[in-house]
Amino acid sequence: MEPRYPHCVNPKTKPSNFCPGCGYGIILKTLGEVIDELEIAPRTVFAVDIGCNLLAWNYYKLDTIQTHHGRVTPLSVGYKRANRESVTIGIAGDGGLYAIGLQSFLHAAHRDDPVTIIGVNNTIYAMTGGQLAPTSLYGQITDSSPEGKFTYEKPVLGPELAKDMAGPSAYLARASILNIPQMKQMLKSAIERQIGGHFSFVEIMSYCPTNWKTDAKQSIEALEKLEETFKLGVING
Amino acid sequence: MSVKKELLTGNDVVLKAALLAGAEYFAGYPITPSTEIMNGWAREAAKNPKLLFLQTEDETSAGMAVIGGLLAGKKTWTVTSGVGHILIQDPLVLAETLSLPFVMYVGQRGGPSTGTVIYSQQELNLARYGGNSEGLRVVYAPSNIQELFEITQKAFHTAWRYRLPTIILGDGYLTKTLSPVDTSRVLPQEPAEAIFLNKEVKNLRNCFSREDELAEHLNILFAKYASASRQIVESESYKTNDARVVIFAWGTVGFAAKVAVHNLRKENKRVGLFRPITMRPFDDRGAIKAVKNADKILIAESSGGQFGRIVRETLTQSTDAEYIRLYKPAEGITPEEIEAKIKEVY
Repeated sequence: MEPRYPHCVNPKTKPSNFCPGCGYGIILKTLGEVIDELEIAPRTVFAVDIGCNLLAWNYYKLDTIQTHHGRVTPLSVGYKRANRESVTIGIAGDGGLYAIGLQSFLHAAHRDDPVTIIGVNNTIYAMTGGQLAPTSLYGQITDSSPEGKFTYEKPVLGPELAKDMAGPSAYLARASILNIPQMKQMLKSAIERQIGGHFSFVEIMSYCPTNWKTDAKQSIEALEKLEETFKLGVING
Repeated sequence: MSVKKELLTGNDVVLKAALLAGAEYFAGYPITPSTEIMNGWAREAAKNPKLLFLQTEDETSAGMAVIGGLLAGKKTWTVTSGVGHILIQDPLVLAETLSLPFVMYVGQRGGPSTGTVIYSQQELNLARYGGNSEGLRVVYAPSNIQELFEITQKAFHTAWRYRLPTIILGDGYLTKTLSPVDTSRVLPQEPAEAIFLNKEVKNLRNCFSREDELAEHLNILFAKYASASRQIVESESYKTNDARVVIFAWGTVGFAAKVAVHNLRKENKRVGLFRPITMRPFDDRGAIKAVKNADKILIAESSGGQFGRIVRETLTQSTDAEYIRLYKPAEGITPEEIEAKIKEVY
């Protein structure tokens, strides 16, 4: 049986280059469904960061730009300001968004720039092989924290952090690939909020079997465990 | 054409020229000595809703926002200086690989680090080759306010015609000085076109999977650059035909050197000036021709030899002339100093 993709997905560039079992496929496919259902493809511009998401540069039949590490937010903001009729969606990982790109992310929220940013959180730098991220958990062993992360018990909670700087009309939420209907609804709400003229952000909890060194069952269990720290829900509606 | 003189600062001139060139969108971050240009744009944008303005959180973001504006087909630009110029190299290399008409005015200040806030010629290497590649950008160096007016317009023209990032490399002496400027000469505007949401879908990448893929992309970029360079390269040779001493200087120092040549010629000294107007591409042929009859070459610059290295590399096979150096990193150079230096040897 042929796989069924959303209309805005480019089947010619599939299968994609993501690792087997990667969460990005679920996220990108769901985002594609939302774009189809909202009928916004002709006015959508997609921006990817550097990190695993750079592989999505040709995922869609949508105008897409691959930016630099941490720079997806300012580029999206810059584009949107020049084309208010567009729907501008940027995607980045937790390293790109909360480390090197944090100030751009927070200031876009602060200016209430009408863009939609998607942050994929797997608590590590995955593209570079699994280093410590701002989202890594207390005690988490990574390639760059071989004895564990023991800086501060609380990892960076993106939507909660942004809430303090964001305008009251911003949409901030956290989803998980383990709950696809909720993720889809949040992506839809986020894009609608952008169209309504405000900043929107969805963090999506995802797994990385390659760097977590987990099989399918263990990946799901580990992600469920993460959701105890990174609580799903709308942080600012 | 009637002469229309106005009393303007260099900062006013950059702003006015950018507007005449069709600039529609400015994204930037404040830094001395270039801040007044951003302030001026903010005031213009407050009056005119067609002009877009974004003050970003840093220079990297400013440059990325410029790229966003260019993808939307707006003539977008920025200004920066010093350490901001370092940060903005990140988006600038993205503009290089995507062949985007990224226009930027740089007001050089002293370095390294925060240095001083008004003047130097130390950002030449950075402007020419500040990226992780071979400098696929155009760098213009105006030497006085009148030229600043014309070159700023021309920078937009060059950027959009050849789809190359284009830098106007000035300094705080140039932009904070108040002078009469003839603003009657307006260049025709180059058309702008949106890249995104215009005709076919475009997927733009800057990261390649294989060496041969990137090599193929680079070959195209280099060939385009070489062909555009022939049209873009510019220099001024002033009284070099019979000159025994040729001064090599650029930007503000180039103007001081021209005054020095003028004064020394009154004393019947055979002195000339070679002044590059584009620092990249560099007019090798013009430079070689200028030293045909020279037995001494004076290199004058407000850096520790960034320009001198270009000059010596360019002329290495073409002259046996003796080099005299007037290097004053991050300090101004007057015509009198240049004249005195020449009188030591001629």
